[in-house]
Amino acid sequence: MKKGIHYVNQFFGQIDGEESADFEPVIREGLVGPATALNETLADVTITHTIICGDNYMGSNTEEALKRISDFLRDKDFDIFFAGPAFRAGRYGIACGNVCQMVQEQFNVPVVTSMNDENPGVEMFRQKMYILKGGKSAADMRKDIKAMAQLGQKLAKGEPIGSAQDEGYFGRGERHQTLLDPPIPAADRVVDMLLKKLNNQPFQTELPIPEADRVPIAPAVKDLSKATIAFVTSGGIVPADNPDRIQSASATKWGRYNISQYKDRLPAGEYKTIHAGYDPAAANEDPNRIFPLDALRAYEREGKFGKLHEYYYATVGTGTTQGEAARMGREISEYLHEANVDAVILVST
Amino acid sequence: MCNLVPIALTVGANRIVPTISIPYPLGDPDTPPEEQWKLRYHRVGVALDALATDISEQTVFRVKV
Repeated sequence: MKKGIHYVNQFFGQIDGEESADFEPVIREGLVGPATALNETLADVTITHTIICGDNYMGSNTEEALKRISDFLRDKDFDIFFAGPAFRAGRYGIACGNVCQMVQEQFNVPVVTSMNDENPGVEMFRQKMYILKGGKSAADMRKDIKAMAQLGQKLAKGEPIGSAQDEGYFGRGERHQTLLDPPIPAADRVVDMLLKKLNNQPFQTELPIPEADRVPIAPAVKDLSKATIAFVTSGGIVPADNPDRIQSASATKWGRYNISQYKDRLPAGEYKTIHAGYDPAAANEDPNRIFPLDALRAYEREGKFGKLHEYYYATVGTGTTQGEAARMGREISEYLHEANVDAVILVST
Repeated sequence: MCNLVPIALTVGANRIVPTISIPYPLGDPDTPPEEQWKLRYHRVGVALDALATDISEQTVFRVKV
């Protein structure tokens, strides 16, 4: 029987939701949360331990968290390491990627994780490890766990792993030789493809080029002292009654709020965060920690830049899909263009 | 301005100024208000300068406070 260890975040480790996102890493003997289902699904592997760490703790103290987890693992005997599934949870996905990368490098043990294609962890780590194509939310837990068990079992036993398409993981950008049945020479295959292309028929390339979604670099602001600067945040800072009812997670709405009356700083009590992805205490006590209106006003008074745009723009960036975020960005930028804003400072949490 | 610089790089932000944490990017509540102000004032200044700096590739600007 092979042995495995499973990494989960505070939520799935049953530590208690987002308030515990700062939870420091622990290792528990046996099964916690999804480790139970994973263990049941694995025929030839036993999960011996579950490691739990808060996503924010991992995000803000990555080195320390990885070092502690590495210390937990030092005296353990394991053949395979699992993390997640992380679904669309961005910080969880990145945590899974970081932990898996450390385990691969320091312990030379194969790793498996699972994320949804909208999870930023996919682009960060897909070339370094097996990330299975997972569902959007915990509703897909059973399916994702099953896929992790299948691939993990093969890896633990050293069995050959098929292509990304066959096994269901995100392509790692690696190429392997395979034998075709029937064996059609490359020259024939490429001419077949070309003919299909010329006839506007669908064809499957053998060398997919990943789509690069890069934003061109904006030129520098020429004269800051005359520039209008705007402020945008994904940190969920809104007027205390949240007039636009922006969602606390998976936001599809954004708000635009006039701040011209605040000459010195953003007043606590009147502004707060509605972001459900981090502990709101510090932001609510002083919203300038996220929206640095006090510092922006100081520079405006000093004449470092021309003026602060009279509105700021806010949404919530947790669970928000890249598609929705791009749409909201486009909508916000229309207002910014209309107001002749020269540049934007964006604070994310 | 963000704490998770690797994410900002992955999603393609071009001018990046690091902050100190997720829940309080620009002011650690466990430090005195003057210290928080100093940090916030400095990093916002770096961000403003970044906007006025020509770059040819994704750039993480250096902060001193």
